[in-house]
Amino acid sequence: MGNEAQKYVEVEVQRQDDSNSNPYWEKFRVPYRPNMNVISVLMAIRENPVTTDGKQTTPIAWNMNCLEEVCGACSMVINGRPRQSCSALVDQLEQPLKLQPMSTFPVIRDLQIDRSRMFDSLKKVKAWVPIDGSYDLGEGPRMPERKREWAYELSKCMTCGVCLESCPNVNSHSDFIGPAPLSQVRLFNSHPTGAMNKDVRLNAIMGEGGLANCGNAQNCVAACPKGIPLTTSIAALNRATTVQMFRNFFGSDHMVD
Amino acid sequence: MSKDREFYWRRLHSLLGIIPVGLFVTQHLLINFQATHGAEAFNTASGFMGNLPFLWFLEWFVIYIPLMFHAFYGVYIAFTAAPNNQRFGTFRNWMFLLQRITGVILVIFIAWHIFQTRIQKALGTEVDYDMMANILSNPVMVAFYALGIISATFHLANGIWSFLVSWGITQSPKSQKIATYITLIFFVVLSVIGVGALLAFI
Repeated sequence: MGNEAQKYVEVEVQRQDDSNSNPYWEKFRVPYRPNMNVISVLMAIRENPVTTDGKQTTPIAWNMNCLEEVCGACSMVINGRPRQSCSALVDQLEQPLKLQPMSTFPVIRDLQIDRSRMFDSLKKVKAWVPIDGSYDLGEGPRMPERKREWAYELSKCMTCGVCLESCPNVNSHSDFIGPAPLSQVRLFNSHPTGAMNKDVRLNAIMGEGGLANCGNAQNCVAACPKGIPLTTSIAALNRATTVQMFRNFFGSDHMVD
Repeated sequence: MSKDREFYWRRLHSLLGIIPVGLFVTQHLLINFQATHGAEAFNTASGFMGNLPFLWFLEWFVIYIPLMFHAFYGVYIAFTAAPNNQRFGTFRNWMFLLQRITGVILVIFIAWHIFQTRIQKALGTEVDYDMMANILSNPVMVAFYALGIISATFHLANGIWSFLVSWGITQSPKSQKIATYITLIFFVVLSVIGVGALLAFI
């Protein structure tokens, strides 16, 4: 094993020193180890932050947390595709690896981005089940098991931002909140207790930057690392908001049931 | 236009694209198709349309106002997109881009078409077979009209597909796929009718 010639991984990283400075590219050559993922490549650069040209540079900044594709923090654009760097295996990628921050979000530094807009959107659409009150509300209605299994798929969303990055209608001249928070509305409106506020969520996504901004390019469903049926969620919400629109205008005693 | 009403503007845009604009385009192409039966058949059909009662009302409320809203709001929608087909070459992403490109082509084409026909009528020229035959004696105009017609049939067919999604009629991926096939067939059929009519003037 030790006699084999050392292999290297060629990496090109789009860097940016702070949120206001211009991006620039740097090339690195990292000693190859079997089963490397992109995170371990970035860690190797951090150990020895020297470019291919031999120039000493600063370690690359990036976000990571769970390292098993459930937290969504380490999303970046790898060889042109937005995805999680923890589950991006070097052996399956073409070299040189091209690493870029997701352009939909403000860059903090290098590959580190600010995903606040997604969390703000979740607040805007009230993506939670409100159970606070001045007295014990008791048990909620029972959820059918088959519905739970179905809703579980929607609950896999980790707010990673890949669907926003892939959407042509989420950009700097549009305030579209994107597919992820919309699908969360479908999730919480499907929940037996959450459905008690479904009109509030539907009215929220009928507001500025909401559901109607979807242009049906359907990149989101192809890009989602969790395989969430985002376009089915959007179509389902289109139907729900159609009904809500008529209820709002003509009046209804069935806003929540 | 206030942004918090954009849901309603978008839904109106989607609806007007089908009713009345889409219906009008279909009917317009069918009437044009009469030209394949000769100049007289076309003149009879277009004369019937041109002599409908309350024509000014029909023109403004069934055609001009809905069409202008659809066109101008559509241009706004088209230019708020940032196409990324290089990175995501899926079928639907191409349809998304083509819908916007054909929409912009149509704004230009329809403006020119109205100038060449309806405005000339208002200035006293007779709209009939000879007028179109005269316009289409120029090969550049034939190409421009063919582009306009195919853009219109595509934009309508794909617009029906997205109408079905936008109003929540086709929800499942399967129903959306079948709607794709049906609207593509509609696109081909309406294109054959439209271009067939165009060639009848040459």
